[in-house]
Amino acid sequence: MSTGAEAPTPAPQCPVAFPLRQPGRPFPPPEYAQYRAGPGPVRTELPSGTVWLVTRHEDVRAVLTDPRISADPSRPGFPKASRTGGAPSQYEVPGWFVAMDPPEHGRFRKTLIPEFTVRKVRELRPAIQQIVDERIDAMLAAGTSADLVESFALPVPSLVISSLLGVPRADRDFFEDRTRVLVRLSSTDEERDKATQALLRYLGRLIQIKQRRPGDDLISRLIAAGTLSRQELSGVSMLLLIAGHETTANNIGLGVVQLLANPQWIGDDRIVEELLRYYSVADLVAFRVAVEDVEVGGRLIRAGEGIVPLLAAANHDDTVFAAPREFDPERSARSHVAFGYGVHQCLGQNLVRVEMEIAYRTLFARMPSLALAVPVEELSLKYDGVLFGLHELPVTWK
Amino acid sequence: MRITVDTGRCVGAGQCVLTAPDLFDQDDDGLVTVLDPTAGVSAGAAREAAALCPSGAISVAAD
Repeated sequence: MSTGAEAPTPAPQCPVAFPLRQPGRPFPPPEYAQYRAGPGPVRTELPSGTVWLVTRHEDVRAVLTDPRISADPSRPGFPKASRTGGAPSQYEVPGWFVAMDPPEHGRFRKTLIPEFTVRKVRELRPAIQQIVDERIDAMLAAGTSADLVESFALPVPSLVISSLLGVPRADRDFFEDRTRVLVRLSSTDEERDKATQALLRYLGRLIQIKQRRPGDDLISRLIAAGTLSRQELSGVSMLLLIAGHETTANNIGLGVVQLLANPQWIGDDRIVEELLRYYSVADLVAFRVAVEDVEVGGRLIRAGEGIVPLLAAANHDDTVFAAPREFDPERSARSHVAFGYGVHQCLGQNLVRVEMEIAYRTLFARMPSLALAVPVEELSLKYDGVLFGLHELPVTWK
Repeated sequence: MRITVDTGRCVGAGQCVLTAPDLFDQDDDGLVTVLDPTAGVSAGAAREAAALCPSGAISVAAD
């Protein structure tokens, strides 16, 4: 929030189109740079009503740390990206703490922090390495071509998070399919509800089983801690399961395409932070609503108006990252907001970093002849998703 | 250089441990602790950790 600003300027007359991520257009959309250069947040319309797009790095950080701005979608005016405009039902799940404000949020976050510390994640390295190696073994055994999303980018994080939570790996197809419905912008409210209820029923049953026969896993430890109700446990487990695989899968897939185009960076672990910044797959995830009148980047945002901090726009702010459209692992990219900022910053970020690092290093070491099976411009990108990424990644090797 | 941390604000993102592992650690609850503040760490690393902290839990003041 620039406190030195004079009277906030009025909103532009003509609302801009949103979302701007569309087939045949570059990502991040060129409009992001235009908005950053403008006088402040840009007013636009979503199916849910008026929202303000926030694009500057400084303003995005300010929005995500301002106690007058809420992450609670049940508040009037909260932005909703789905085409139906209905409330995404997964936000009404008990324990869905990304949709809570302090102090309620803290009760859930604090219970989970010990599971995702830098040290805890380091201890998971051998297990992650084994999962990565098994997927590569399977690809090599199956032939000389594959869809790398289906065979590697998706199963690796999916198996890592299910093993951490104690979700049977045999049930991977079930939860991946339901997650796909939840992250697709075009899903109807009915489809979302159905997917949410199926996941909650499944996790509720799993929790019942673990109450009788605890294992060495996160869900069993949460049950033993006794701080969450059973309904909350199901919601928290669902959130971790979804957040733990879909985002990382998109990062792994996009990163492989980038490294195939720029093989000079293969083997350099600095790629991880730059890939997170460069693709910002969760661009459209951190929606907010003003609870009080608040000034952002010199504009007045009224209580009850929606706010969309565009994480990719902040991560391509050239006042923070010089030549932002260049992929440059030598830059200092750590101040990116790809994991958000403020109290909601991604709980699993250190797990994501380690998964990406091990995935790239092992994949290119063991499959040095890996190549795209189609021209890069024919790759199918997720223009229809809450998260950016690849639907498929056809590859070959010798 | 004087480093103070506020565990009440800490959200356990671990950014400080990644940035300056000689200076910061996470305790059993996953919250920030300052290791030996006299360790040979540059003020730059401490300031970077403070700037990256998503919840403003770290303050660095010059002596």
